[in-house]
Amino acid sequence: MKRRLAAAAVAIGSVLGAAALWRRRSGAGKDRADVYFADGSMVSFPEGSDEAGALFPIARRILAQARS
Amino acid sequence: MHGEGVYGRVLGLPPVDAAKALADLVEISSQIESAVLADGDGGVLASTLASDERAEAVAREARELLEGATGAAGRPTQVQVSFQEGCVFVVADDERLVAAVTSRDPTAGLVFYDLKTCLRLSGEQPTAKKAAAGSRRKKKADVAEAEGEA
Repeated sequence: MKRRLAAAAVAIGSVLGAAALWRRRSGAGKDRADVYFADGSMVSFPEGSDEAGALFPIARRILAQARS
Repeated sequence: MHGEGVYGRVLGLPPVDAAKALADLVEISSQIESAVLADGDGGVLASTLASDERAEAVAREARELLEGATGAAGRPTQVQVSFQEGCVFVVADDERLVAAVTSRDPTAGLVFYDLKTCLRLSGEQPTAKKAAAGSRRKKKADVAEAEGEA
């Protein structure tokens, strides 16, 4: 009985760990700003960066205006 | 028939006015909730928003977003800001910009493609096409004249 419980706990832990890893790798749930230029280059600013700090409030105002 | 106008337009790519281009954009892209098309000065050309004031505010903020994202590589042509609650897209050319709001986790490539198509279609003027056609006719006449001389 204890073995089965331990096996179930390990299985559940593995699934949760894999889900967390997939979520982190895919970037899901992360706020970010992607900026594309005419020369084909792209810069991604993650949450917490100075650039994101400048762009996020503007984008949030756009979201609010569009959905109000 | 549903979408007939949209697909015919996409296949033929004729010029359309700003309001029609924006209406087609929202119809063809299920991920776009609302969009605003504006000129370079931030003046609203067309909008899917109910309020003119909100459309003007979105156009103004979209322009500010582009200016805020301007860096060493110059002014950006496309910006996507992703939040948990949704995404903001802005696509600009030399004369106009289109801003759109989508739900969370959209297919960014498709949204950008649809926005660029909207921008291109709304920017093509019939007069420009006629001028181009006239130019082609003139070239053909020149060629015919040159062949006649030879």
